[in-house]
Amino acid sequence: MPCATCVRTPSARRGALWALLWLAIVLGAGCERPWNSPYPDAERASDTLYRAFTEPPRHLDPARSYATDEVEFTGQIYEPPLQYHYLKRPYQLEPLAATRLPEPQYLDADGDPLPADTPPEDVATSVYTIEIKPGVRYQPHPAFARGPDGAPRYRDLSPADLEGIASPADFAHQGSRTLRASDYVHQIKRLASPEVNSPILGVMSEHIVGLADLAERLRAARDTLAPGEHLDLTRHDFEGARAVDDRHFEIRVNGVYPQLRYWLAMPFFAPMPPEAIAFYNQDALAAKNIGIDTFPVGTGPYMLTENNPNRRMVLETNPNFHGERYPSEGAPGDREAGLLEDAGRALPFIDRVVFSLEKESIPYWNKFLQGYYDSSGISSDAFGQAIRIDADGEPHLTETMAERGMRLATTVLPAIYYLGFNMNDDVVGGDDDARKLRQAISIAVDYESYVAIFLNGRGLVAQDPLPPGLFGAREGKAGMNPVVYDWVDGERRRKPIEVARELLAEAGYPGGTDEETGRPLLLNLDTPASGPEFKSQMDWMRQQFDKLGIQLVVRATTWSRFQQKTADGNVQMFFGSGWMGDYPDPENFLFLLYGPNSAAENNGQNIANYQDDTFDRLFRRMRDMDNGPERQQLIDRMIDIVQRDAPWVWGMYPRQYGLYQSWLANTKPNAMANNTIKYLDIDPAARAEKRLAWNQPVLWPLAAGAGGLLVLLLPGVWIHRRREHRAVRRPAR
Amino acid sequence: MFAYIVRRALYAIPVLIGVNLITFLLFFVVNTPDDIARMQLGAKRVTPEAIDTWKATHGYDRPYFHNADEPGLAAFTDTLFFQKSVKVMAFDFGRSDGGRAIAADIQARMGPSLALAIPTLLVGMAVNITFGLLLVFFRSTAIDWGGVVLCVVLMSISPLFYIIAGQFVAGKLMNLVPISGYAGGWDMAKFLVLPVVIGVVSGIGSGTRWYRTIFMEEYGKDYVRTARAKGMGDLRILFVHVLKNGMIPILTGVVVLLPLLFMGSLIMESFFGIPGLGSYTIEAIQNQDFAIVRAMVFLGSVLYIVGLLLTDISYTLFDPRIRL
Repeated sequence: MPCATCVRTPSARRGALWALLWLAIVLGAGCERPWNSPYPDAERASDTLYRAFTEPPRHLDPARSYATDEVEFTGQIYEPPLQYHYLKRPYQLEPLAATRLPEPQYLDADGDPLPADTPPEDVATSVYTIEIKPGVRYQPHPAFARGPDGAPRYRDLSPADLEGIASPADFAHQGSRTLRASDYVHQIKRLASPEVNSPILGVMSEHIVGLADLAERLRAARDTLAPGEHLDLTRHDFEGARAVDDRHFEIRVNGVYPQLRYWLAMPFFAPMPPEAIAFYNQDALAAKNIGIDTFPVGTGPYMLTENNPNRRMVLETNPNFHGERYPSEGAPGDREAGLLEDAGRALPFIDRVVFSLEKESIPYWNKFLQGYYDSSGISSDAFGQAIRIDADGEPHLTETMAERGMRLATTVLPAIYYLGFNMNDDVVGGDDDARKLRQAISIAVDYESYVAIFLNGRGLVAQDPLPPGLFGAREGKAGMNPVVYDWVDGERRRKPIEVARELLAEAGYPGGTDEETGRPLLLNLDTPASGPEFKSQMDWMRQQFDKLGIQLVVRATTWSRFQQKTADGNVQMFFGSGWMGDYPDPENFLFLLYGPNSAAENNGQNIANYQDDTFDRLFRRMRDMDNGPERQQLIDRMIDIVQRDAPWVWGMYPRQYGLYQSWLANTKPNAMANNTIKYLDIDPAARAEKRLAWNQPVLWPLAAGAGGLLVLLLPGVWIHRRREHRAVRRPAR
Repeated sequence: MFAYIVRRALYAIPVLIGVNLITFLLFFVVNTPDDIARMQLGAKRVTPEAIDTWKATHGYDRPYFHNADEPGLAAFTDTLFFQKSVKVMAFDFGRSDGGRAIAADIQARMGPSLALAIPTLLVGMAVNITFGLLLVFFRSTAIDWGGVVLCVVLMSISPLFYIIAGQFVAGKLMNLVPISGYAGGWDMAKFLVLPVVIGVVSGIGSGTRWYRTIFMEEYGKDYVRTARAKGMGDLRILFVHVLKNGMIPILTGVVVLLPLLFMGSLIMESFFGIPGLGSYTIEAIQNQDFAIVRAMVFLGSVLYIVGLLLTDISYTLFDPRIRL
């Protein structure tokens, strides 16, 4: 017989349920791991860096990947001969896989050596001989695995052989081998391969001896292949690149091309073992999305072990990494900032890097605030929450962010976004009157307000094509564009709109009316900014032209159609174009205005189709020179010319804002280097502690919600009971 | 029934050819092969030679419908339309214009889409049916009136608001679940709780009203009056008899949707970082990737046809009076 206290009455049952609920709440509140962590518990104290990517990378083949979000991965895996010093500014090249920076050997037309001070016009060929470090080995990879007979183990794979295989790491046998100079030569040949379609084939064909010819030969060779066959580049030699021995290779360029050294710091010139290409050229692997475009094979500090571009990408340390040390020198202020505390320590510091796909900015930002990402950019939505601008216009972290120990770093990118005129156009192109029209528009389009309104101040208004920090760029009054600005009280001030109106009248359009026809001046602006989110920008742009009485027709289109139109010269003005520098040399920006580089005539990058004989002549001289006073003088003259001619409204140089959690060390923005993860360090214990403190579950709203629901049920119960007990009413007689 | 299924399968062939043709026409009205090549080659240093090489490598250098350089039948088969369509009709989706294997991508993305869509559908149905029945139960009372008003209010709120508010409250303020992300195995549960709850809540307004209408109509029928006359309680009448008879239009309406669950949800997957198929087609359109667009449109058409066929079959299962 049950005791009296054990009898389960309904009220006792309800009480027990409530007790259980509160017990859960108490237990939950005191738990030692956050409930909202998106990562497995096992990773809580691990040496893992967490980052996000917003667009899946399309290409990880170093001969194809060019976009910033792609080199963020390839940069950690591949090792080209050179790299940029992590800390020093201005940016400096230093050896990576090479033993030293290569110096060119000049040759005359007969192939005889010339002294180093030979004028560029007398040089027929420059030979760069690159020596690679000894003992560098590739990451473990099945492409290098060999069977007992010494032959490659994984060839002629069938779909059945790939059961359970999702990545190269899943193969039972892995191999490696020493890096050879011929791997670099193989990669240079790949730039010409029609199977690769490298974006830099055009520019490299102009410089590397015989590359264009090799491309032709490879195209012809591909046409003779049977379906399913692939080109074997080891059978196609060419003059422009050859391996001298296992540790030395040569690159021959036409004339002089000092910018080649910068290209040697990009993944395009990373080594590619022929075994990897032969391995990946198997249809069964391609059907599973396993290829050189998805799983790179490198010698760098990290290797890609998981590639799910729709979810996450994982880098892990390469066990065969040859080793590198953290720099012991930096820029002024780096020591005080603690950036040299790890000087001399072996790289990399972090074992694993997890990149998660975050397509939307809101969840990305909130997860950063919760500590689940170690660094973040700042979207427009979150700008006010993260940044306050002081009276001098300088950005600082808000109090909330500073209290969390976060750090802000800003850097002006070597890039420019501008509004361009098609210089071949009858109205806005050409000299004299058209120049005055362009100058008037340059004054009227107030980029200061554009940067303030649409970019939260994240940009510097450009004065010329050269972003700050590059050799040749001037600051202060010397760097001011005198066509658009006056120097007043020690600062730059945009000319009044009346000056623009006067220029417009001198151009033959007083008040925005064509003197000859009596009709309002109507200009067309092509832009790829076609979504509704750009409507306000286009409205703003119309307002700028309206100041001069010019009617603006915005012709929004798709990005690729926009590119086609600018390439064909089928635009009058264009907005939304920009250039992200490939390397920190003025040549890489001034070539955008070099006449022979015209898009309409020569399919080049000069989409304004600007052409000035003096500018072109100076450009050719400047291009081949080393940095120095003479080069600076040439650049100054070139800048004067283009500022006067105003083929672009110079637009702005974007300023990048980065936020870093307190536990992430050695962070310094480097706009040129793409292999910077190896320098970063984290404190996993501090991170785990902060995450726990910031993410304590709050459960009382659940209990309150449950209570509220119960209260809401009461009227229903009451109505039901009343209806059930209601007497049947007879109709009145 | 077998003959009916065969007949419907044969009808599907011209429909699918037509869908393929319309997709092709619509896509190439707004995009040219040059546009596709430019999109794939990137924004910098693209040369006409690179565009030509890319088109030749990917088969976009052929004429659209008629190849005047080829004799006989080859004039029609060695064309862009024919070459790009035949394999798709055989369910060989090939490689995307970006180079990835489409079948492998669909296979990898289908699972997460279903993991989100199935519980959202089932829980949503259960909740909406329950609320619909309760509103009928409280018909002609303040609760019914208030419930309908609340449903209209819920319907008027943007699904995006539910997502952002849900993430903010449950993920950020209360720290109960991850704001976004995904994992395989049982770990996926903690990532799916919030999107499923939000999916269910955002559908309550329209779902409840629809079910209320169905059940209200059912409630006015003679068998209900008979049951009431015999003294059966309202709750029992509703949750046993009305529900059973009301399920015929409900299930036939839902069956048509089942195959399309594979296609995923664009907004939910995007905000919650679920690696499903929801954004696959939209991203392909944005990236001008014709290979993916035609494959997904074709697959969507096939699934829709299958859904309609299943609906017809389900009629015979739920209503014995119907014969195919």
